[in-house]
Amino acid sequence: MLSVENLQVNYGAIRALHGISLKVEQGEVVTLIGCNGAGKTTTLRAISGIVKSSGGTVKYEGRDITRVKPHELVRLGIAHSPEGRGVFANMTVEENLDLGAYARHDHSEIAKDREKGLSLFPRLRERYKQLAGTLSGGEQQMLAMARALMARPRMLLLDEPSLGLAPQVVQTIFQIIREINAAGTTILLVEQNAHMALKVAHRAYVLEVGEIAMEGDAQKLAASDEVRKAYLGVG
Amino acid sequence: MDTLLQTLKDALTIGSLYALIALGYTMVYGILKFINFAHSDIVVLGGWLSLVIATKLLAWLGVDLAAGGVAAWWVGPVVLTLAMACCGLIGFTIERLAYKPLRGAPRLNVLITAIGVSLLLQNSGQLQFIFGTSPRKIPSLISDATLFSIGDVQVRLLDLVVVGTALALMLALEYLVFHTKIGRAMRAVSYDVRTAGLMGIPVDRVISFTFILGSSLAAAGGFLWALNFSVIKQPADTSWVLLGLKAFVAAVVGGIGNVRGAMLGGLAIGLLEGFGSTYVNPALRDVYVFAALILVLLVKPGGILGKAVVEKV
Ligand SMILES: Nc1ncnc2c1ncn2[C@@H]1O[C@H](COP(=O)(O)OP(=O)(O)O)[C@@H](O)[C@H]1O
Ligand SMILES: [Mg+2]
Repeated sequence: MLSVENLQVNYGAIRALHGISLKVEQGEVVTLIGCNGAGKTTTLRAISGIVKSSGGTVKYEGRDITRVKPHELVRLGIAHSPEGRGVFANMTVEENLDLGAYARHDHSEIAKDREKGLSLFPRLRERYKQLAGTLSGGEQQMLAMARALMARPRMLLLDEPSLGLAPQVVQTIFQIIREINAAGTTILLVEQNAHMALKVAHRAYVLEVGEIAMEGDAQKLAASDEVRKAYLGVG
Repeated sequence: MDTLLQTLKDALTIGSLYALIALGYTMVYGILKFINFAHSDIVVLGGWLSLVIATKLLAWLGVDLAAGGVAAWWVGPVVLTLAMACCGLIGFTIERLAYKPLRGAPRLNVLITAIGVSLLLQNSGQLQFIFGTSPRKIPSLISDATLFSIGDVQVRLLDLVVVGTALALMLALEYLVFHTKIGRAMRAVSYDVRTAGLMGIPVDRVISFTFILGSSLAAAGGFLWALNFSVIKQPADTSWVLLGLKAFVAAVVGGIGNVRGAMLGGLAIGLLEGFGSTYVNPALRDVYVFAALILVLLVKPGGILGKAVVEKV
């Protein structure tokens, strides 16, 4: 469904991605794990077109999307919930959700998706008319995800949904990621929390300073010595 | 009592024009985070285009107001609409040619470019075959006969039209920004351009739209200013420069980037200036405004309605 080939990104003189390749098949949850600064966010940003790649290609459903603008990607069915959530703090939960559906015009279907989103995240229903800036971190994360789903994406890019959240909230978020996937959305999940990410993902890639160091079945990777030592804090 | 009412009337008139013009500064700042110094020149252009359009239109209609008399009621609105449309188009073009290529460039570069655009507009406006270097009288589009008086204060139809149009445009903008889809997109782009793009918002188109909007409000400001004083000063005249500066101060005092702040700031600056001149010392008219700027920057740098953004983890 999504295939990234030999993707390179430079920030001025800094080379953040040294030509990475990865694939996400329809229906999968694929996770990209790695330490802080490994280039995970950069990978998602390059896929979305918010940073320009200096080499390589990104293909989505057989089509070259390497140079497609971010707002056009949404129309193609890719939604990106960014690092740090990116909720519009000065707008209400309702307005944030409506922005997620900005590219759509099928009003009755939007209303259905809004209802679905609120059932998936009941906390958001309670906070519906509140400014997003007044929500807790966990609620903001839920809002960011619900908002991304308002685009009715076939592919969801999630950047560190567990960042800075309390353990129970992290559990909830990952449970919902499973549900979103079960409902048919393909997911590319970027995480530093390798433990949780490897539990929900089918396959995984390990990113180390701009290069793919390991890849494979998520459970097998979780059981491997290298991953256990470096990312799960075992051994 | 009459002095008070007269001062209030004048201050509100001028203040509402400051507010109208301040909106353009604040919207562009909100979205691109730079001060569009050429904005005040769009105001001038709006005033002068109104004059040219009104003169041409009246000539075409075969109406001569030289001996007195007032144009048909619909001429004013037509002139205003055309001037706003022209300036909107010019604002759009300036953004495309001068600012868009600098997206991502350091802010100082954009600021210097804005000053360049401003100088270009100012100096080309002064050319003999464009607007020239002498003031002109604007044709009477609205009656300036007294409609009613409160005490000794006379209220003319012209006064009501100037303030009424300014307020109506501000209400329309308020509705657009806070209650429509495009307005929500503008607020999203202003809050976080990158995430706005991820929502499927065509950021460049929203920026163009903002320039069109700000520039057409500037044109309305220029038109109403010219109507109010019935003479229109040559481009680069100090009165225009001060008008632009004070509207900018209004935007900063209200909280730059904040649409409601700009309206509030405009009225506040108008009142401060009016009451200061009448009751304290008219010679210090400009001083009050800039003193208010310094004071606000010292006490509440974000402006009256400006807020510190709280980041939550
Ligand atoms: N806007 C930027 N300008 C310069 N360097 C950046 C920028 N964003 C990220 N980097 C650098 O690129 C590398 C990868 O960053 P990032 O993709 O954010 O990593 P991760 O998401 O895995 O923590 C880091 O070394 C980081 O410092
Ligand atoms: Mg990151």
